[in-house]
Amino acid sequence: MERSTSRRDFLHATGLGGLAAGLGVASAVHVRPAHATPAAMHDAVRQVVGTARVTPGRVKLDLPPLSENGNTVPLTVTVESPMTEADHVRVIHVFTEKNPRPDVVAFHIGPRAGRANISTRIRLADTQTVTAIAQLSDGSFWSGSANVVVTLAACLEDAP
Amino acid sequence: MASALINVPERARRGEIIEIKTLVSHPMETGYRRTQLGATIPRDIIRSFVCTYNGAEIFRAELHPAIAANPFITFTTVATESGTLTFQWTGDNGFSVTQSATITVG
Repeated sequence: MERSTSRRDFLHATGLGGLAAGLGVASAVHVRPAHATPAAMHDAVRQVVGTARVTPGRVKLDLPPLSENGNTVPLTVTVESPMTEADHVRVIHVFTEKNPRPDVVAFHIGPRAGRANISTRIRLADTQTVTAIAQLSDGSFWSGSANVVVTLAACLEDAP
Repeated sequence: MASALINVPERARRGEIIEIKTLVSHPMETGYRRTQLGATIPRDIIRSFVCTYNGAEIFRAELHPAIAANPFITFTTVATESGTLTFQWTGDNGFSVTQSATITVG
């Protein structure tokens, strides 16, 4: 949608029928950064875990409860695990409910990490729940989540 | 232009868990923003970050547009032996930065 519709194109499309015009409007609406929904996050989670059961617990997600700037929100994820060869965390996935895309990041670690404790900075488009899901070496999935109130949302500002 | 800052302790005891901090300069353009004329700004992000310790991968991250500009990642590893830690960031438009740090374990 980089090229704006000329008046002639528009009249031509409406002349052809409401369907074409309707499609044009629909696609214009979809180009806006559509927020992912909790359902989209659920789908993204399912893609990672498959049909396995995700048990709440063992994963601690640290985010500020109130964030003034959604463009950079500090996030720390910690998983309770001895991190030995026999029992360690393999992957930690982070998901959001209302960002344009539910995936945020995936960290692949192993017994050599010593501790399952990772920090980064993320963007949040809205006040929402952030969820982390950890896969352990025995194949089980554990999750933890945190609510963040965002006053200035990321993704919305126009570039100069 | 692209530059990376890494913080690895210079020396550590064998078996000690050390914390590694990394920061790389990158706009992490999401692909969802628009110019004032309405044109979408194409996505330009770092997609992957890998850390190897004497050639063995110890940490890997897959990044998405929801990672803030100038990606900052901290993680831990067990100091097993003296050697080199190599950090590599790769992303859209052929972005690639590699940096390394040495550690003495005794």
